[in-house]
Amino acid sequence: MLSSTEGVVSLGIGEPDFVTPWHIREVAASSLRKGYTMYTSNYGLLELRKELAKYFELHYGLSYDPQSEILITVGTSEGLDLSMRATLNPGDEVIIPDPCYVAYSPCIVLAGGVPVTAPTSSENDFIIKASDIESRITKRTKIILIGYPSNPTGAVMSRGELNEIAELAQQYDLLVISDEIYARLVYGVEHTCFASLPGVREQTILLGGFSKSYAMTGWRIGYVVANSQLIEAMTRIHQYTMLCTPIMAQMAAIEALKSGEDDIEMMVKEYDKRRRVMVKGLNDIGLPCFEPKGAFYTFPSIEITGMTSEEFSEKLLMEEKVAVIPGSAFGQCGEGFIRCSYATPLANIEQALRRMARFVNKHRKS
Amino acid sequence: MKRIFEILEDNARATPEQISTMLGMPVGKVEKAIKKAEEARAILKYKTIIDWPKLGKEEVWALIEVRVTPQRDRGFDAIAERIYSFPQVYSAYLVSGTYDLAILVRVKNMQEVSSFVTEKLAPLEDVQSTVTHFLLRRYKADGEVTEPPEEFKRLPITL
Repeated sequence: MLSSTEGVVSLGIGEPDFVTPWHIREVAASSLRKGYTMYTSNYGLLELRKELAKYFELHYGLSYDPQSEILITVGTSEGLDLSMRATLNPGDEVIIPDPCYVAYSPCIVLAGGVPVTAPTSSENDFIIKASDIESRITKRTKIILIGYPSNPTGAVMSRGELNEIAELAQQYDLLVISDEIYARLVYGVEHTCFASLPGVREQTILLGGFSKSYAMTGWRIGYVVANSQLIEAMTRIHQYTMLCTPIMAQMAAIEALKSGEDDIEMMVKEYDKRRRVMVKGLNDIGLPCFEPKGAFYTFPSIEITGMTSEEFSEKLLMEEKVAVIPGSAFGQCGEGFIRCSYATPLANIEQALRRMARFVNKHRKS
Repeated sequence: MKRIFEILEDNARATPEQISTMLGMPVGKVEKAIKKAEEARAILKYKTIIDWPKLGKEEVWALIEVRVTPQRDRGFDAIAERIYSFPQVYSAYLVSGTYDLAILVRVKNMQEVSSFVTEKLAPLEDVQSTVTHFLLRRYKADGEVTEPPEEFKRLPITL
C-alpha cells in the first residue's frame, strides 16, 4: 500500500538517510578493482578483527583477542541468530525487554528457546529494571537479552542501571547478550558497553555492527565479541551457513574503523538537531514523548486519541500520508505508542509534524 | 555556540526559534550570539547559492593565476587590494607555489574576461604575469554539488 501512495512522508525508516561516506565506498570499490573477490577466514579478515580489538580497547578499555574472541558476521542480525542457536537448548528461557526490536522473539523461538518479556514503560523512560528481570528468573532462564540504545524507544541505560543487571547475571549465572548496534548514536550521554562492567566480560556476548554508525545497512556487516568458547561455537554454525562475510564489506569496514570517526561525529550532530525538533514537535502536538538519548527514534504516546497504535498508524497514513510504525509491533507494552524515526531530513520531519498536528487535532478525545 | 553558526552556514534562513529548538538553547541566547557575530563581522553576509545557467543566465568564470612583486612594508596586501577591488573579482587568495594570487573572476562573457585581463589586471605595475583558465563546467561550488547524484530510494518502512 505504502509504496504505491504518492506524497507519503515516512517516519517509518529504520536506517540512516545518509549514504555510506565516500572514503569507505572508495576503498571497497578499489578493493574490487584490485581483485579482492575471494573467501576470507570464517572468522573474517584478521586485519578487521585487529581493528575491532583496538576499537574496544580505545572506547571501553576492553581487551579481546582478535584471533579467538571476535567473529565477523553478515550484519548484527546474523550475530543475534548465531548467539541464540549456539547457546539455547529446547525450552531455555530468554528474558527480553518489552517493547524491543522485532527480531529478538522470533530468533529465540527459532532456536528452540522461550522468550519471556519484562515490561518497560514511559514512566521509566523504557529502561528495563533489574527487579523486573529478577522476578522472571526461573530454573530454565539462561539468557538476558538487552538492546540499548533501544530500537524502538531510543532509551539509553546508564552505567548504574546496567550494573544492577550485571550483578543479577553474576548472582544467577546467566549469559547476557547485549545488542549494541546503536552504541555510537547517543546524544549528550555516554554509552556503557555491557562487557566493560565489573565481572561480566566472560558471560557477555556483544553484538555490534556498522550499519547504523557508518550508514552501511546494505553492506550487511556486523560482529560478535565474546569469550573464545562462545565464539568457537558460533563460528561452527557460521562456517556451515554463511562461510564468511563478503570481503568487500569487510574491506569497507576496516576503512570505517580506521578513519570514520569524523563521519560519526557529523551524523550524530545532524541526528541530534532533528531529535530535538521532533521531540518538541510531538510534545507540542499533544503526543507526549520522553526525551530519547540514543538511536534515531522517538516513541510518543498516542493515548490522547483513544486509538490503538495500529489504528492510529493506518488512519494517519490514509488521511495525512505520514507513515509511522505502531508501537505494538515491538511488543504488548508498545501498545498506545508509535515509533517515529528521525533518520530523515529536517524538512520531512517538519512536514510530517504539520500533518500529524492536523490529524491529532481532528481525532483528539480529551 | 559554534553549532549555531554551523546551522546558519548550511541554511541562512534558519530562524533563531528553529535553531533554539535544534540545539535545546534559549532563543534569547541564540539571537544574542548571532547579533554579536554580525557586529564582529564573523557573519559576513547572508547569501543564496544560485545555479544561474539553470535560470537561463549565461556567465563566464575564469581562474587567473597572478605573479606579482610584493611591496616593501605591505607585502602582498596592497596589490591584492588593488586587484580584488575590481567588481569582476569574485574571490581572491594569496597562495603558495609557482604564482602568488589566485583570482576567481565572474563576468558575463569571454570578452569581459579578456578586457579585464588586458586592460585592468596586466597593466598594473606590480603584476609580473598572468595565466587565465576558463572554467568549463561547475561540478561543486560553495560546498554544494550542482547536479545531485541520483536519489537512492530507501524502503519506506524498515523495522
